[in-house]
Amino acid sequence: MDLVFIQLLNGVQYGLLIFLAASGLTLIFGIMGVINLSHGSFYMLGAYGALTLTAFTGDIFLALLIGVPLAFVFGIVIEWLFIRHLYDRDHLQQVLLTFALILIFNEAQKLLWGSYPHSVPIPSYLQGGVKISALLTYPYYRIAVAAFCVALALLMVFVIQKTRVGRIIRAGESNREMVEALGIDSRLLFRFVFAAGVALAATAGIVAAPLESVYPGIGEPILIISFVVVVIGGIGSVKGAFIGAILIGVADALGKVYFPAFSSSVVYALMAAVLIARPGGLFGRAA
Amino acid sequence: MSTPAILAENINTHYGRSHILRGVSFRVAPGETVSLLGRNGMGKTTLLRTLAGLVRPSSGSIQLNGAEVTNSRASSRSRAGLAIVPEGRGIFPNLTVEENLTFASRANNKGERPWPLERIYSLFPRLAERKHHWGNELSGGEQQMLSIGRALMTSPSIFLLDEATEGLAPKLRDEIWATVKQITQSGIAAIIVDKNLNDLLALADRNMIMAKGEIMFEGTSAALRADEALIHRHLGV
Repeated sequence: MDLVFIQLLNGVQYGLLIFLAASGLTLIFGIMGVINLSHGSFYMLGAYGALTLTAFTGDIFLALLIGVPLAFVFGIVIEWLFIRHLYDRDHLQQVLLTFALILIFNEAQKLLWGSYPHSVPIPSYLQGGVKISALLTYPYYRIAVAAFCVALALLMVFVIQKTRVGRIIRAGESNREMVEALGIDSRLLFRFVFAAGVALAATAGIVAAPLESVYPGIGEPILIISFVVVVIGGIGSVKGAFIGAILIGVADALGKVYFPAFSSSVVYALMAAVLIARPGGLFGRAA
Repeated sequence: MSTPAILAENINTHYGRSHILRGVSFRVAPGETVSLLGRNGMGKTTLLRTLAGLVRPSSGSIQLNGAEVTNSRASSRSRAGLAIVPEGRGIFPNLTVEENLTFASRANNKGERPWPLERIYSLFPRLAERKHHWGNELSGGEQQMLSIGRALMTSPSIFLLDEATEGLAPKLRDEIWATVKQITQSGIAAIIVDKNLNDLLALADRNMIMAKGEIMFEGTSAALRADEALIHRHLGV
């Protein structure tokens, strides 16, 4: 029973982490119409950034404080250099260019950090954990990551529901052309959304770095699982991304307990079930 | 002669290989109301979308209030005082009525807001009653009111209204026309597209008929009413 409970906690915490990456992906796809295969690379760069910045500052949260604005600026540069040329092009060209970005980022990662796995230390004040039973404890750092992700999710809800920027983002989700016709420069909107998406993916990479080793290709599984979350939640829906990510996290964790032989298939079975019931995803427009 | 609100010269617009607008030229004076008539598929909507910057012309020139805007984006034209109520209304379904209205609320270039939220609500009391409803919870008529109200809140000097009363019940249609009359009487230059010829002729200072991407007729309502053959040929009435 303890194992199931721990796995449930791990599932929720993993889901919250995926939410950070997937929310950026769903906004980029939903508002800009861009299929961004390089999204996992920003998670990877976040994780490697955490490695360097933690070595420099000595604390993962200071690394976060420096890394997130850097990622936002990096997102602006990437959008200006590459992504803005994709808006009027078909999905095949978007896939080709963003796949090329994956290759470039992977090579850059190898040049800068090498091919060996690295570990990022958990801060000393978050060492140890909460005792759940005589044999099991739940790490403080995982609790801190979950709390951070929840706080960020609430901040996103506030920004999207209560601010002018949020209104523009929601409007852009449903009718980009009308947003432009009402005087909002969609180029700036797209640049902001892309940079915010990059910053969210990098944030997930930074806070996840102490949870697992940092290794080449760390972003690829996150990209795939983020796409699954976007499909389950509905394209463009941040609320859908949140629910979808938690569902995926819990399904993945419990799948490892109850169906260890098929654990990697559980999330895809869940996606298939959602698509059969709701082809547009849980909170998406009907397909 | 005063600077026209809209000056279009020799506009050509293509969709792929299809040549939609063919050398369209006209002007609209400040405060003037112009109806744009014609059968379906003759280029009326494309002309409005080209003026609004939602479609790029292949050649020609467009000036709004004396400023060259041919190559500027729709957002710049909106901030320069052009508002469009598009066919289909363009309501944001995931924003409330009030969020739709205040979405692009801004002052004109004199710093004035002639159409504040309270005025929109007094113009369309039904929107005030439903201000917390989502955009997609409104009826067709309410969506048209919302689209008109939202456009007015950008404090425009030029107003483009495509299919003003399409799909509306007669009572709602009358309500929309009464509002459009108030808007045009407030000094805003307007181009209005609709299928109700009599309503448009009663409202417009001048009328233009489009056929096959060209303007075939420009004149007063009296001149148009007098030419039954023209009406029959181009408007099928």
